[in-house]
Order: sequence, then structure tokens, then C-alpha cells
Amino acid sequence: MSILGNRVLRKEDPKFLTTGGTYVDDLPLEGAAHVVYVRSPMAHARIRSIDTSEAVSAPGVVAVYTGDDVDLEPMPPGAPFANPAMVRPWLAKGVVRFVGDMVAAVVAETREQAVDASELVFVDYEPLAVVIDPEAAVDNETFVHEEAGTNVVFRIPEDFVSVGMAPPEAATEPPGLFEGCDVVVRQRIVNQRVAPCPLEVRAAASLWEGDHLTHWTTTQAPHAVRGSLAQTFGVGEEQVRAIAPDVGGGFGAKIGGYPEELLVPWIARRLDRPARWVETRSESMLSLGHGRAQIQHAELGGTRDGRLIAYKLGVIQDSGAYPGFGAFLPTMTQMMLTGVYDITKVFFTDISVATNTNPTVAYRGAGRPEATAAIERMVDIFAAEIGMDPAEVRRKNMVGNDRFPFTTPTGTTYDVGNYEATLDRVLEAAGYAELRAEQRRRRGAGGPKQLGIGLSSYVEITNGIPGSEFGSVEVLADGRARVRTGTSPHGQGHVTAWSQLVADQLGIAIEDVEVLHGDTDLVPRGVGTFGSKSLQSGGVAVFQAAEQVVDKARKLAADLLEANPNDIELDKTNRRFHVAGTPSASKTWVELAQASGDEGLSAEVDFAAPGPTFPFGSHLVVAEVDTETGGVVLERIVAVDDAGRLINPLIAEGQVHGGLAQGAAQALMEEMCYDDQGNPVTANLADYEFVSAAELPSFETYSMETPTPINPLGAKGIGESGTIGSTPAVQNAVCDALLALGVRHVDMPTSPIRVWRAIEAAKGKK
Amino acid sequence: MIPASFDYVRPGSLDEAVSALAEHGDEAKLLAGGHSLLPLMKLRLATPSVLVDIGRLGELSYVNDAGDHLAIGALTRHHDLHHDPVAMHHAPLLSFVAGRIGDPQVRHRGTIGGSIAHADPASDLPAAVLALGGTLVARGPGGDREIPADRFFQGFLESALTPEEVLTEIRVPKATAGHAYQKFVRRAQDWAIVGSVVARVDGRVGVALVNVGPTPVRADAVETALAGGASAAEAAELAAEGLEPPADNNATPEFRRHLARVLTARALAEAGL
Repeated sequence: MSILGNRVLRKEDPKFLTTGGTYVDDLPLEGAAHVVYVRSPMAHARIRSIDTSEAVSAPGVVAVYTGDDVDLEPMPPGAPFANPAMVRPWLAKGVVRFVGDMVAAVVAETREQAVDASELVFVDYEPLAVVIDPEAAVDNETFVHEEAGTNVVFRIPEDFVSVGMAPPEAATEPPGLFEGCDVVVRQRIVNQRVAPCPLEVRAAASLWEGDHLTHWTTTQAPHAVRGSLAQTFGVGEEQVRAIAPDVGGGFGAKIGGYPEELLVPWIARRLDRPARWVETRSESMLSLGHGRAQIQHAELGGTRDGRLIAYKLGVIQDSGAYPGFGAFLPTMTQMMLTGVYDITKVFFTDISVATNTNPTVAYRGAGRPEATAAIERMVDIFAAEIGMDPAEVRRKNMVGNDRFPFTTPTGTTYDVGNYEATLDRVLEAAGYAELRAEQRRRRGAGGPKQLGIGLSSYVEITNGIPGSEFGSVEVLADGRARVRTGTSPHGQGHVTAWSQLVADQLGIAIEDVEVLHGDTDLVPRGVGTFGSKSLQSGGVAVFQAAEQVVDKARKLAADLLEANPNDIELDKTNRRFHVAGTPSASKTWVELAQASGDEGLSAEVDFAAPGPTFPFGSHLVVAEVDTETGGVVLERIVAVDDAGRLINPLIAEGQVHGGLAQGAAQALMEEMCYDDQGNPVTANLADYEFVSAAELPSFETYSMETPTPINPLGAKGIGESGTIGSTPAVQNAVCDALLALGVRHVDMPTSPIRVWRAIEAAKGKK
Repeated sequence: MIPASFDYVRPGSLDEAVSALAEHGDEAKLLAGGHSLLPLMKLRLATPSVLVDIGRLGELSYVNDAGDHLAIGALTRHHDLHHDPVAMHHAPLLSFVAGRIGDPQVRHRGTIGGSIAHADPASDLPAAVLALGGTLVARGPGGDREIPADRFFQGFLESALTPEEVLTEIRVPKATAGHAYQKFVRRAQDWAIVGSVVARVDGRVGVALVNVGPTPVRADAVETALAGGASAAEAAELAAEGLEPPADNNATPEFRRHLARVLTARALAEAGL
């Protein structure tokens, strides 16, 4: 019996739950100096002068550096096709561009001394006009980057057509887009800026030994860090060892290299001693990349009998002060534009802009939740407009099971799906008819507490970035197995899941499988962990490497037993190979490993999937909305998710739980806000409404398993589905509760004041 | 997140604490549960040069039945007050409110004295003591002084205590005729966006509001209307009279006035009025 598909408890948990992991801040690093960055309190200002004299002579201070000291080329924009003038200096040079921009680095013997001295760096700022509102940034005479002469990072489709990324006919709206539509609904939708808030904040530590650098950092992609470091410091990759020790979450925000982290080795080299930087939670809120931050203008057209025909989405993407991956998110939004629906006529535009705010990055879902939120909200608005049950509109327009592989009008090819089944299942599990009856009863009674039922059917793309991932398996002389993986788990449970894959192939017990990850000296190549890619890339590589090890062992056993390899069977229960029908003539893994000589019993695989996969599902949320206070209580979250074949349903469920919480939090609670001068007003966890267990119901989760043909495991990614599906379901539930009061839409987060204002505004119209 | 440097004193008795304050004056801050002071110090918004740690003075942790009223030691932690049988019996409002503060960690560390002396208009206990018509007892170099709750809260984070005084005891009348605390929050552990406290004491109805101005306030107009025979619904309509509520990320002044009316109506109903 295979161990795959079993709810195996996570091997890594006892450590995290008892003695704790070892994070960058915990590493012993003899003689390390501590780095603290001085950050701008202004959103946009010219730096008249920086006086570091007092700081330099403060107790324990080793050095103070400003932008003029750093002899590195500025960092180019992190987004492809971005306006090349929007570069980021390592420390501000002449201008600061957001609250939190780095102005100086103070290095001291202790962290306390560095913090004290950082208050003695005096910066004379000349305030400049600010650009905060992304819509206003498009045509503005104030530029975040004066050298660029514009705040526009790029426009889709125009700038993508000009570089050959999109065909010329994509440049303009198709004529007669909404022809044939009885009804066209339009809505401006804000997909607000959120802060990723990983439990572990950013940290980096560096040690130079001659020309060799060891760099510890809390990252999702250590091999990419190795590449960046080698490039930045002009050394070969073999001279750099990048290590991601235990990492306390990332959510996409720890994919790229930040100047805070990459400056640490520069400081360490300059001072010829190890150096370490660990940010505070306050710094993390200000300067760890933010997510989402789209303003969307959506138009959806169809017939009165519920058939969707045409969809248009115009996005303004806030990229923050230094455009990075955030600017590029709308390309993912475009890929997933039409969701689970067969809508044949579409048009998508984007203007990514720079503003005087913290840069935006990938955040759990990264561009796809924005697509799902838009289409799912619009389907509900359309359903309300034509007076049809939103479940019925969804059902009528879903891509049918006989259509796969299905290519959407924006050119994305979905591998396989069973969309309507997830809708049926969630409606049944939730008791949809009874819920609607209760809603009608409450509407009739007219009390303050009304019921809302929100649906969301989603499909999303996982492992969306082409490339291969590394995995190797080796059977050691003591009969244990060692795995090396290019994925870099930071909460996902790869150690357990990869052990299952090996145990399934080799028959070696899960506890006898060791998984090495996150160290570029131990793992030769790797891409890392993001975009829900790990199982279907790195997991498959490990699985295939294990298969190859079994083949090698079989041949070796055949030699030793003087038999034909085809006659050799692996007895997984007893962990030995024997001749078919003759169990007594056998070789154990230990014997084979010892007999394998210098070559060893090992295999390496770089698995490149032929394409991405597309998990899907339907979520239903029941919310009670207090129409007097605007307060919302989530009563139920019911989720049906299909991520293909599940290797460990317990881990998959954990991913769904976390995703549901984070997605519901965006819909209901979280927003990173700046005032009109660019001051962050939600810069700590008291003001930023990070969700807690008390605001969430017990989740009702169901899984379906439609295997994908894309990889031999049949597995898709599950890391982001929960976030993608739950956000619109919660928002739709809140809006649904208010529908009878004449409210058409409430932007996220659906906070009490927003709900109350929407009700008041609707009263005014009546 | 690292406070500026400071000296630390841990007096062995209340009298020693009073002496320490007299010695250091307004350079010193009392440390009790630390749940208001330490975050401010970590953000360097507060930089006292001396911390006088009274957190372990067991003599100030008690809930006593004092005949017509309850006497509560200033260092009684929220968790203990919430679960104290004497408090539950004679001042169920106070016990209930203590259980609605923050989260379990806060309730196990934070003290009633610290919460009241900090005089945060968004805190729960100050409004409860106001609604009950309580009295605060302070010890200074010249001995004990009683301050009516109505005169205690003087401005934003500003109380009637002098820098040399230690708040030692909170006295509230026994009140078991009905009470309510309507605390409106987005998250369980948050400060109230607005809160409304109702206490029924000796035939009188006390109503106080949380987070609607620089100090916790009595809803005078509501109390007067009720005393004059108005219905609860009519009286609640007056809850926002005279308020100048703050604006923040969660609410505008207008929304706070609205919430004050809605929550007061609900609190009055819940208190059986």
C-alpha cells in the first residue's frame, strides 16, 4: 500500500513546537557587528545634508555609511520592461522616495548601540510634492523619479506589443466588444494594498573568509540569492554560499533580494568582520514589500438569461517607489482574467505606476487573486442586475469538462478541470437552499442583523514560471536515504512530503529519510519555493530520482544475486531486493549501498514540467452583517478545493486553512494605508488589522482530486488556492447581505465604516 | 523595538515606591503590568530615565468586600479581577469588563491600576469605573487622597495623579441591578472603536463611553434623560451629545457619534432598561 495520499504528521513540527527552529537571528556568529538602517520619515524629499558626526562617535559605533559611500551600481528595476530610469540606490542618494527609504547604515558592536546611534544621524530634508494615489500618478507633474519624466512603469498592452511580448492586434480594444449584450455592468474595484506579515521578519548575516562569502538570509530562494551576491560583489558563484536556515514564512515577499539584506555583505567586507542585520516589526511593516494594490475598472456584459459574453478589465497597478515584481503582477491578472468562465470577448489593460510608497511585490497569489476578485465580484453584480441566483450564473458559464485542455481568450491553457462539480459540492455541503431561506426570513423580519451568502469559483495558475527544479536521492551505507532539494520550504512541509515520496519508492521509513534544503553548498542547483510550484517541480524531481535509485539498486542486486534485473523485486516492507519467487535470495538497502562502491546509490533529476497546472475550486461564505454598526461576523467558510492528486492531505488542508484565513483577512480586515502625505497610518500590528483566530469560524474544507496530466504525480499546487478563493467569497457575502438595502458594492476591506457608509449612501438614494 | 536606556528600581513596599517617586519626580515612571508603558518605550515614544517597578508588590493585589463598596488593589490583574468571586458577586460589571480587555496575555499581565492611571480613553476599565461612580485612592508623600472618578480623567493620557503619587486602590459601589458593556471592535483583542458601559447603582443609571474623546466620558445627557423618566430608546438618542470624537483609521467622528447612540441603546436594553 502506498504511503502517498496519507495524512502523515509533519516531521518538522516537533522542533518548531518545542525547542524552536534556528533562524538567522539565532545563529552564533562570533564577532559580528550589528547593522541598523536609518529610514526616511518623509515620503518624498530632497536630502540637503546628512550629519553623521555624532553617530560616528557614539559608544560602540564601528561605522556609519550613507549613499555616497556605497560603491555599487544602483539596483535596476525588478520588473521586466520597466522604465529603466526607475533605479534604486542602495542607500538614498539625494532624494528619498517613501517613508522607510534607507538613508544611512549604522554599524555598532551591539544592536542596542546601533539603535541608539541611529537616532544621532541628523538628516536635513527639503520636502517635495508627493504622489500617493496611483490613479493620480498616471498623469502627474510630480515624478517619483525625476529622471524618468513619468510615473508610468509600463503600459499593457502598448509597451508589451512594442517589445514583441504581445501581437499588434492586442494593442487596441476589439471593435464591438459588448455587442450582443443585453446588460453591461460596470464597477470600480479596489484590490487594496496589504502587508505580508510573516512571523519571522527579514534578517541577513554575512561572513567573508578571504574571497569566499557565507551569507545567511531569510529567503524563499537561496540559489537566486547566491546569484545576486556573486553578481553584486564580482565573484564566482562557487565563492558564495547562501544559506536559508529555518525561515518563518514568506508569502512571496521573501523571494527577491532587498538592499537591506544585500548591503550586509558589503558592510562585512568593508569592515573585514562578520555583520548581521535583523529588522524590527515596525521596519517590516514599512519596507518589506507589500502585496496587491490594484485599482480595477471592470465591465462585464451578457444576456438577460445569464450568458456572459464580454469582459473588460482596466488595471492601475501601484508599484511603489521602486518598481519591482509588483509592477509585473498585472500580467498574472491578465493570464487568469476570465477565471472558470467561458467568456469569449475580452480586453485587458494595465498601467503600472510608481508612487511615493513602499514597493509592492508578490504576495500569496500574486496577481491571480486580483483576477479572481474582479471577475467573481462582477459575476455577482451581473447576477443581481439580471435578478438571477449567482450560483446559477456561475453554473451557466463555467468551462465544461469536455473542453480541456482549454485555451482562454488571453492565451492561457488550462490543463484539466471539473469546475461545476466543485460548485455543486460546496452548495450541497453548505446547505445552500436552507441558507437562502434563512436569508429571506431575516430580510422579511427586518432586524439589524442580516445574512449574506457569498460564492466564489476560482481557477488559478501554479508553477507558472517555466524552468526546472533539482532533486536528488541517495541511499547511505546505513540504509537511510538523503534527499537534496532545490525547493526552499519556509512552512510548507517539504521535509515530510518529500520523505513520503522517497519512502513510497524505496520502502525506507519516512523517519529514515533526511531532506537537505536551503544551503547552496549542500544543494547544487535550485529555484526555490514560490508560486505553489514545489511539489509539482521539486517534488517530482525527488520522486523520479527515487525511481532511478530503485532501478540502479535493482541492477546491482541482479549482479550480486546473479539474476536477470527483470526478475528482481523490491520488497518494500522488508526493505530488500530479491529474486521473484525466492525471497531468501535477497539484498538489503544497506548491503546494496555498501556494495555500490564509489558510485554510490544515488540519482539526480532536474525536472522541467511541460507547463503550469491550474487548481480550482468553489468557496462559500456565510456572513452576518450588523446593519446598524457595520460589523461583520463570519459564520461559515466552506471550501471545496481541487489541487489534483494529494500526496499529504493533512499538509494540503493546512495550506487551505492558512490561505482561507489570509484571504478572508484581506476581504474583511487588512489594509496598508497611507495618508495623503504618504505617512503610513497602519504601520504596526495594533493599527494594521491582522486577523486572529477569534474572527474566523471553524473551516469546513473538502477536497476533490482531479489528477493533472502535466506531471507524473498528477499533483498541482495548493499553497495559494485558499487565499484566491476565499477573498471574493467573503466580500460577496458582505455585499449579498446588503443587496436588499440597495447596496451594490463595498470595497475591501469591508470594514464597519465602509459597510455603514454604503448603507447610508443607499438610504440617501431611495 | 529597543527602549532607550533607563535606570531600574524595584521598591520592596508601597512606602518605598512613594519615596522613589519623590526622589526622581517626573523623570520616573511606575511599571506595573507594563502593557501600556513598555510598547511606548520600545517605540521610544516614552523615554523615562527611571522605572520604578511595583509589579511585585503583593500588598496592592486584592479584591475586598468593604461593606457598601468594593475595594480593589491597584495591582490586581485583569484576569484575577475577571475571575474573582467577590467581584463577580458585588461588581459584576467590573468583572465582566476586565474579561473583555485585550487578549489572555494582556489580561494576565495588565493591572486595573495601570489601566486607570494611564487614562487612555480607548481603555475599558476607566469607563466602567466612571459609570459606576467609583473613587480612586492615591498615596503620596503627604498620605492618602481620595479622588472621585468624575474628576480623575483630565485629558488625553492625563490623570489627576501628581508625579509623586501612586494609585493604590479603586473603590466602586456594589451594583448588581443590571449592567452591560457594549464593546465594538473589529478584532477581539483590539481597543474599542466605541464602547458603551451601563451600570445600575442604587436606582441611578450610570452610562459612560469609551474612545469618543480625549478622556473616557460620562454620557450626561443620557443619564439625565433617564433620571427624568425618558425611555431607554429616547435616552440613547442623546448619547452623542457634546461629544467631539476623534477620527482614525476605523472611524470618523460622525461614525463614532452614530455608534455611541447604537451601542448605548443596546447596552441599556441589555441592562434591563
